[in-house]
Amino acid sequence: MNMKKAKELLQKLGTLMALVILAAIFCILRPDKFPTVGNIMIILKQASINCLIASGMLCCLITAGIDLSVGSNCVMCTCLIGVLVQKFGITNPVVLILAGLAASTCAGIVNGLLLTRLDLPHPFVSTMGMKNVLWGLALVITGSTTIGFTGKGVDSLMWIGGSSILKIRNAEGAVTFPGIPFSFILVIVVFCIFHVFLTKSALGRQIYCCGGNAEAARLSGIPSKNVLTFVYALSGFMAGMAGVVSVGRLASANGNAGQTYDNDAIAACIVGGASFTGGKGTIWGTLIGAMIMAVIRNGLNLIGVSNDVQYIVIGAVIILAVTIDVVRNKMEAKARKMAAQ
Amino acid sequence: MNEYVVELKNVTKRFPGVVALKNMSIGIRPGEIHGLIGENGAGKSTLIKVLTGVHNPEEGEIFVDGEKKVFRNPVQSREAGIACVYQELNIVKQLPVVDNVFMGRAVKKGLLLDYPRMYKEAHEALATLGHPEIDVKMEAGKLGTGLQQMVEIAKAVSLEAKLIIMDEPTSSLGKEEIVQLMEVVRGLKAKGVAILFVSHKLEELFELCDRVTVMRDGEHIVTEDIENMTEDSLINAMVGRTLDNLYPKEFGEKGEVWLEARNINEAGVLHDVSFKCHAGQVTGFAGLVGAGRTEAMRAIFGADKIDSGEVYVKGEKVTIKKPQDAIKRKIAFLTEDRKGQGLVLSLDVRTNLILANMKGFSNGPFLDKKRIQETGEENVRALKIKTPSLDEVVGQLSGGNQQKVVIGKWVNIDADIFIFDEPTRGIDVGAKIEVYRVMNDLVKAGKCVIMVSSELPEILAMSDHVVVMRGGRVMADIERDSKHFNSEDIMKAAWGGELDE
Repeated sequence: MNMKKAKELLQKLGTLMALVILAAIFCILRPDKFPTVGNIMIILKQASINCLIASGMLCCLITAGIDLSVGSNCVMCTCLIGVLVQKFGITNPVVLILAGLAASTCAGIVNGLLLTRLDLPHPFVSTMGMKNVLWGLALVITGSTTIGFTGKGVDSLMWIGGSSILKIRNAEGAVTFPGIPFSFILVIVVFCIFHVFLTKSALGRQIYCCGGNAEAARLSGIPSKNVLTFVYALSGFMAGMAGVVSVGRLASANGNAGQTYDNDAIAACIVGGASFTGGKGTIWGTLIGAMIMAVIRNGLNLIGVSNDVQYIVIGAVIILAVTIDVVRNKMEAKARKMAAQ
Repeated sequence: MNEYVVELKNVTKRFPGVVALKNMSIGIRPGEIHGLIGENGAGKSTLIKVLTGVHNPEEGEIFVDGEKKVFRNPVQSREAGIACVYQELNIVKQLPVVDNVFMGRAVKKGLLLDYPRMYKEAHEALATLGHPEIDVKMEAGKLGTGLQQMVEIAKAVSLEAKLIIMDEPTSSLGKEEIVQLMEVVRGLKAKGVAILFVSHKLEELFELCDRVTVMRDGEHIVTEDIENMTEDSLINAMVGRTLDNLYPKEFGEKGEVWLEARNINEAGVLHDVSFKCHAGQVTGFAGLVGAGRTEAMRAIFGADKIDSGEVYVKGEKVTIKKPQDAIKRKIAFLTEDRKGQGLVLSLDVRTNLILANMKGFSNGPFLDKKRIQETGEENVRALKIKTPSLDEVVGQLSGGNQQKVVIGKWVNIDADIFIFDEPTRGIDVGAKIEVYRVMNDLVKAGKCVIMVSSELPEILAMSDHVVVMRGGRVMADIERDSKHFNSEDIMKAAWGGELDE
């Protein structure tokens, strides 16, 4: 029994091990730059947007769905805030945040309604359509220009995505500890909420039921359509939150940004143990998945690998992760057969 | 006190093109086990779904404890005290047992679910069913089918349901599990729970039920105390005609050995499995669920890898690594789980019929439409497949007709060796007889037929030769003219007993 538990734990920690090994490799390759406190904080900051988007994506994947519109949704939110600042002169951060979140959540709700009320065959269709709609909207409202946020009186808003807390300086005023990025603290808070939501709340468990066995969920009286609509609304909301963070993180709004966000989020979930067939996935796995993606990007940058090649590496990592998952499931099935003997 | 705990009065339910229930009435008394039978398509499933609030009937009334109820969704039916254990178990395999027991029903403490209480209640429910050993935190998919069903029943028990509907609960269970299930059902009855027990197996109804209701074509035919019924009178009521023989066995001419397995081993599954099957004969494979019969067939067919052993087809040693190899050797495999493995439910009859032999129906890279049409029409005629046309989506057909489409699929590869895995599971008496007739035709045409079956009467009636398995081993090999060719000896072998020579 103890062996079994140890084995299960090891399997669960498999992704974490991968992260550790990856980090170790980069430590060896760039011992001077990679394993510094400053760099780690940069990685956390870089991972934040992906983490936020991936949390919503995870819920979609658990229901055996997918949300391809999250990247565009995030960018649209940033652009909307940019336009409100630039053209309408609104600088109140609460108004800006609420406007951005509301717009993104609406887009998510529309995704959900298209799927559940118009019975579009698969969320792939509705969300891919929505991706293009939102992308176009972002370009239209900004007039395809880039809007900068610096010096526009929205510093408090930019603080969310751009600043760090607990910065420590020594007596001479030089920075000894760069501080923890606030955006990452936000991620941890959000993920804790997600953890409780997915494992302890009725709605959270219903999300797993809908993905694991839709017919069983239906016959048990679970309002699947409402659950699914909620999931896509949540995914939109999280994309909006990522959009708010990008305001400070990128200090600008550009309709053409965020092309890789969707894929990065899907990759983080899948690497973290979610499955396209639904019913599976945890928020902490997703966190590790997102960290793996961020470490790879950061490490490759540090050892001087060009952007183009990074795409190839990341693509290979995703394929590898899914392959490992498939092999692991097969081995588990075989072990179960042996155990049943 | 009302006579009935749940009563359905004059219910009519229409679907596009069909009247599924016509003026149907049924009353279930408190604490009784009420059998419900009827051929496939008789409307049993619709009746269940009306009771569970999945379907809303156009006409008629539902009473619970004499009080009129309207169920618009499954939650309302559940709250009225009606629970259902569906035939295709509604388990979310990736989730723990506890979440399955409480699916769709939240036990909350403040905003969050009260897991400590849920663990306790799920455990208690399973314990009352005689399964305190099930770990409620374990993934439900890791349990065997019988235990998964217990989880479903635990769901009903924890609801304190007044009426538990069981839809073909024994269809995927082995003998031992069926005995346990019956125990559980009697236990529930003793606690005053009413059971609506839907089954195709008449002997189960006689063993278990107090009263029985027969349906045909969506209508109520008869409700009677089971003592006043006989097997014949039930079948008469069900099919509306007399069936002189449930098992129309006919004999072919015994030919050469066409399929031989020698010492097949698969780690943890099969141990030194050897057997011979002759042309012109039906070889029955008997045993309990989990005895390794299906696994042996999958190994022969190349669906699972074997670790060692040899397979001979028509005297020639063959290497079968994947199903294509087996199909090339003219072996056909009719899987037990026809929905999951035998058919593409979303495709039409025509396409399913040629699924295993696309190449044979092609001219170069293109499919030969005319030949497919002709073959399809021929199949429909020969196998008596009841379908409006070849364009009908297979998922719309009844279970028996789906099974016939699977048979047609394999007839069309011109196979010589037909492996039937539980060919009559979940199909009604009339359709069963037609499946047996197909087997008869095959052996008379000199084909080699293998039938894996958990129903002993079927094995005894239809086999020329029986292989009994247990725990992945062959326990006995009995010819039809042997003195051991009887249910007692086969059961004995299946339970691991020795047969004298």
